[in-house]
Amino acid sequence: MHLDRLIKFFCSLRLTVVLLALGLILVFWGTLAQVKLGLYQAQDLFFRSVFIYWSPEGSNLKIPIFPGGYLVGTTLLINLLAAHFQRFEMSRKKVGLFLIHAGLILLLIGQLLTDLLAQESSLHLREGETRNYTEADSKVELAVIDVTEPDLDTVVAIPHTLLRTEATLDHDKLPFAVHVRRFFPNSTVTDRPKDSMAPLPASQGFGTQLLVEERPTVTAMDQRNVPSAILEFTDDGKSLGSWLVSGYFNRNQQFTHEGRTYEVALRRTRLYKPFSLQLLDFRHDVYPGTEIPKNFSSRIRLMHPETGEDREVLIYMNNPLRYAGETYYQASFDTDNEGTILQVVRNPSWLAPYFACILVSIGLTLQFMSHMFGFVKKRRIA
Amino acid sequence: MKKWIPWLVLAFFATDIVAILLPRKEPSFHYQEFGRIPVLLNGRLQPFDSVGRNALLQIRGTASVPLEEKKSYEFWKHPEKLRATHWLLEVMLKPEQADTRPIFLIHHPDLINELNLAGKGKEKSGLFYFTFNELTNSIGVIEKEGVQVNRVDPQTRTPYQKQVAKLYNALTLYKRLKNSYQPEATQDFARDLADFRAATPAGITAVKAREQKQDYDRAAFNKYIGYLGQYDFMARFAYPLIVPPTDPVKNPEGWQNMGQVLVSAGLHGGDLPPAVAHYTAIASAYRADKPDEFNAAVATFKEWIEKEMPRKAAKGRAEFFYNNLQAFLHAMIIYLCAFLLGCFSWFNWSDVLRRSAFYITILAWVVHTAGLVFRMALEGRPPVTNLYSSAVFIGWAAVLLGLILEYIYRDGIGVVTASAVGAVTQLIAHNLALGGDTMEMLRAVLDTNFWLATHVITITLGYAATFVAGFLAMVFILRGLLTTTLSKTTAQSLNRMVYGIICFATLFSFIGTVLGGIWADQSWGRFWGWDPKENGALIIVLWNGIILHARWGGLIRDRGLMNLAIFGNIVTVFSWFGVNMLGIGLHSYGFMDAAFKWIMFFNATQLGLIALGLIPLRYWRSFREDGPQEAAKSRGASPRKPQPATT
Repeated sequence: MHLDRLIKFFCSLRLTVVLLALGLILVFWGTLAQVKLGLYQAQDLFFRSVFIYWSPEGSNLKIPIFPGGYLVGTTLLINLLAAHFQRFEMSRKKVGLFLIHAGLILLLIGQLLTDLLAQESSLHLREGETRNYTEADSKVELAVIDVTEPDLDTVVAIPHTLLRTEATLDHDKLPFAVHVRRFFPNSTVTDRPKDSMAPLPASQGFGTQLLVEERPTVTAMDQRNVPSAILEFTDDGKSLGSWLVSGYFNRNQQFTHEGRTYEVALRRTRLYKPFSLQLLDFRHDVYPGTEIPKNFSSRIRLMHPETGEDREVLIYMNNPLRYAGETYYQASFDTDNEGTILQVVRNPSWLAPYFACILVSIGLTLQFMSHMFGFVKKRRIA
Repeated sequence: MKKWIPWLVLAFFATDIVAILLPRKEPSFHYQEFGRIPVLLNGRLQPFDSVGRNALLQIRGTASVPLEEKKSYEFWKHPEKLRATHWLLEVMLKPEQADTRPIFLIHHPDLINELNLAGKGKEKSGLFYFTFNELTNSIGVIEKEGVQVNRVDPQTRTPYQKQVAKLYNALTLYKRLKNSYQPEATQDFARDLADFRAATPAGITAVKAREQKQDYDRAAFNKYIGYLGQYDFMARFAYPLIVPPTDPVKNPEGWQNMGQVLVSAGLHGGDLPPAVAHYTAIASAYRADKPDEFNAAVATFKEWIEKEMPRKAAKGRAEFFYNNLQAFLHAMIIYLCAFLLGCFSWFNWSDVLRRSAFYITILAWVVHTAGLVFRMALEGRPPVTNLYSSAVFIGWAAVLLGLILEYIYRDGIGVVTASAVGAVTQLIAHNLALGGDTMEMLRAVLDTNFWLATHVITITLGYAATFVAGFLAMVFILRGLLTTTLSKTTAQSLNRMVYGIICFATLFSFIGTVLGGIWADQSWGRFWGWDPKENGALIIVLWNGIILHARWGGLIRDRGLMNLAIFGNIVTVFSWFGVNMLGIGLHSYGFMDAAFKWIMFFNATQLGLIALGLIPLRYWRSFREDGPQEAAKSRGASPRKPQPATT
């Protein structure tokens, strides 16, 4: 009895209308919120959430006030599936409707999977430069590299999540412990004035001549957080000194311990590939007599030692490179026009919207046609 | 006789259109011929006429300068006016004359007071136009404030600051135009240039000698440097690139401005491009007020262009024709007339009026289509490339939908919808065109005819259909509530129309949105990124989905459907304009701020209509107990039933 009512509830058109209306309000609200919050934060708050919470000022209470994107989306999916199995029968009249809703189900599932599985990173190449890794967009890692052997670097990379908790780390490959004393998700680093009375951020390396300051994290699309951290290395409880590391530094800091040389750097998390890409040429074309960009393109040499591939590809606007399950897009460039920034997306479900679009389009067209023929027939008879 | 009236009405409007197509005679200077000469500006080839027209739109807000002011209600009087090309020639070649033309629009009273302009200027409909001469004393102030304002984010500017920025930009543009053809104080460009060419060798020798600290010919040096300084100023300020490449085949994009050409010839010697001699001949004849010489010089120059670069000459001619056709403006005027005729037809059930409205709407639509196709050919692009063209196209599609409805139902509703939406969208387009060039080149990511032809077209068709449904619903509510003309059968057919159009809107807005996602996947690497424009499109799809499901689920009936359809107008306007006003996101290429209050006004009217739609039926003038049919019968007329299509 209860199950019947539950099924009926999830099948009902009324639920569909309510969910669509909630979705509409959510999308509208989430769009307006972008003005203040920026795209990414609004996205997390409104669309990649189960509830939208409201905290009364001065309290830690989180009161759910509106369903978030995950909740509306999943309920809509259940509603669709339930209605699909309960109501739709395969008949000539209903085949259009069936296709439309099957397409919508595919679209929703595809987007859910994208949300869970997609991974974004970027690749910055100067002309002539070759790289076999891309860098994650918003995650950093702390790399401690043993460079003693001239032809072999041993890298210990400490991930973002551990840095954020300001933890202490003991790694087998390192003869010392790493303490993250402070972590700044966004920061500025400035030269230390000669007469500055401020305490030194670090006792060793660059930190002895610089000042670091925490900044509020930014969310606008055209701004980037640049993190910094203060580290201390200890061996058996004895301090080896403290270091300032920062996303601003483009050189690694070196130190020696027990006859071995190490380098330390805070850098964007690297994702290594079995192949490498070299930038042969970057072009930024403008319309004659103006600054209006006509095209951006990167001529890339793709080398994959395992498969023996070695070929040139041209990546330009609206024409990405799809390779090894990843897609490389022309995203940005260096101001001197001699370097390119490619956005790299790994999204196993990227084809779902294409199929969904085809299904829904066929369905809508069939449905529309059958309405139209019915209408014309009726008028003929009348 | 009655049968012929609609055809006569059609003939009247058609004659008007034909009259525009006939060539205009010019007894003295052949300005039109000059206006067809192609130049390069904003990265695209365009005739001088477009340069003048777009500059004038940016400075004055009109495409010509009226020479005498008429009251705005005296629309039957055609005041003498300076057309765009004529004005441009004055600015470039007779600046002292151009400085007396009232072209600088200032409407903020504080700014008028601050610049001590009260009581000066020409007034029309509450707007004040000032001449350059009236502003000369204030240029320092305007420049100082303009530079300051340009540092302020356009979105946070006050109305006063916006006015300052607009005036500052207008003055800068004016100054650049003045230095695009010849140095501002030139009396005889041909003679000056010959003088400069003759002085160049001695001048170069003098400069070299001076550099080596030797004795040098001071007179030769001063003359040479004097000219060079003027030309260098032009090279930095000139607006259009008017000198075509010397070798158009090998170097088709090598256009230069006049200053660059003269400076480079002055520094390195060498021949001047052949176009320069033509230009100087034209300039000297114009300044000397010799129409015959001017006309001859323009004709020889055009012959040369025709021979050297026939395709560019053709482009100049074609765009000149397009500019002067003003297809969308004329279509708008006819739509307005058709709208009035169509509305009247409901009150006396006159089929003559209805048919007249129907025929002239078709005529207007043909003119509209011609303009649209001409524009596509000029640009080499699908119809929608920016906000302006989206308004043109939405109107076009909405009129087509309305005409189809009229053809099927023949009850005046389709034609009123078609003409009203047509007129309003063309009015919007007309105002969007005030920003300047509407055929600007497309930024890299938009430079793809495939996606412009698929995604952009389908999504705009979705907008158009949603507007048509919303307008039909407005007809339902206004006619039902305020008049007795809404019979049960008309109500039923309106219901079917709205439902059908919403199905159509859902189809196109959904496919358009998904295609947009796929384009985004191709260019930015994700199918969906919750970008404002994407969200706007999604909101339209959701809204149409809500209407359809609510109807299928029996949650709404006639009036519910109508009210939801009207709200669809608000939703669509948000997606079309509102999103651009947020000024964020990857799609914010069509930013505009002046329209905000109009959009709020529109939304208020729509909410008002919905409120009217919620008034209980017993207060409606139609559908009362005796019913409009009976009421109408008692007055001796009978509402025409919808007739089947006679195909």
